[in-house]
Amino acid sequence: MVVRQEPAERTDRLFHALADATRREIVALTLRGDHSVSELAQRFPMSFAAVQKHVAVLEAAGLVVKQRQGRERRVRGNPEALQEVHRLLDGLAQTWVGRMDRIDALLTGATGTGPQTGSVAPQEQETSQ
Amino acid sequence: MTVTDVRKETENLALVLTNRFTAPVERVWQVWADPRLLERWWGPPTYPATVTDHDLTPGGDIRYFMTGPEGAKYHGFWRVTAVDAPHSLEFEDGFADDGGRPNTDMPVSRTRVTLVADDAGGTVMTLTSSYDSAEDMDKLLGMGVIEGITLALNQVDALVTA
Repeated sequence: MVVRQEPAERTDRLFHALADATRREIVALTLRGDHSVSELAQRFPMSFAAVQKHVAVLEAAGLVVKQRQGRERRVRGNPEALQEVHRLLDGLAQTWVGRMDRIDALLTGATGTGPQTGSVAPQEQETSQ
Repeated sequence: MTVTDVRKETENLALVLTNRFTAPVERVWQVWADPRLLERWWGPPTYPATVTDHDLTPGGDIRYFMTGPEGAKYHGFWRVTAVDAPHSLEFEDGFADDGGRPNTDMPVSRTRVTLVADDAGGTVMTLTSSYDSAEDMDKLLGMGVIEGITLALNQVDALVTA
């Protein structure tokens, strides 16, 4: 579960963590199955330490979790955090869809903002029943 | 509903929204260029916006506050980064403190708006909004298509229902 943070801070962490190709690939890999950091490091042309650092950023954002398994710590992708990214984008979409509807109401003369040009349709009336 | 298309580009953390209006381009432009019109649609009806500064030129600021049902004021700002009236507009939009000064600790989203005339004398408005901190914006905009995350997201439903 993602640690509760201020919404803005959480958003920043999520998007910052995903703003890097290596980290996105680590998320994709670990969603398919858990990996140790060494296993991950073998897949990228970079040092173990560099991969470890990427994993730490992902972990801080809640995008992956580490689990102890015997002597090893396994890295596993966290689908809930990716759903959070979806939700954030959904929220943004809803905000703008609402604004578009209000612009439309404004332009179709629902609230009378000056003379309408010929190509502007008058406000539609409910004609059913 | 006039929104014809909403695409969430999870791979580049952007929202692309396409909308068709029957009004001509010049008139649609006014909802951005006229502060009195802008404040009638920016905030939801329960949080109406009041625009206090409106400098729609590159580098200019647009400042506003929204008033909540209990009277609390929420300040915000746009920093205009590009304008080509009446065709396109680009701005960063974020939160501000009570004095209307930009709060740089809060996330900033970058929005690009284009208005194109259609054959019927109406306007197609396309809006692209990326939600991010200013710091990561350049990286995000340069991201392109990310196969990994798209793939991962496609699997999320299967994983959570497993």
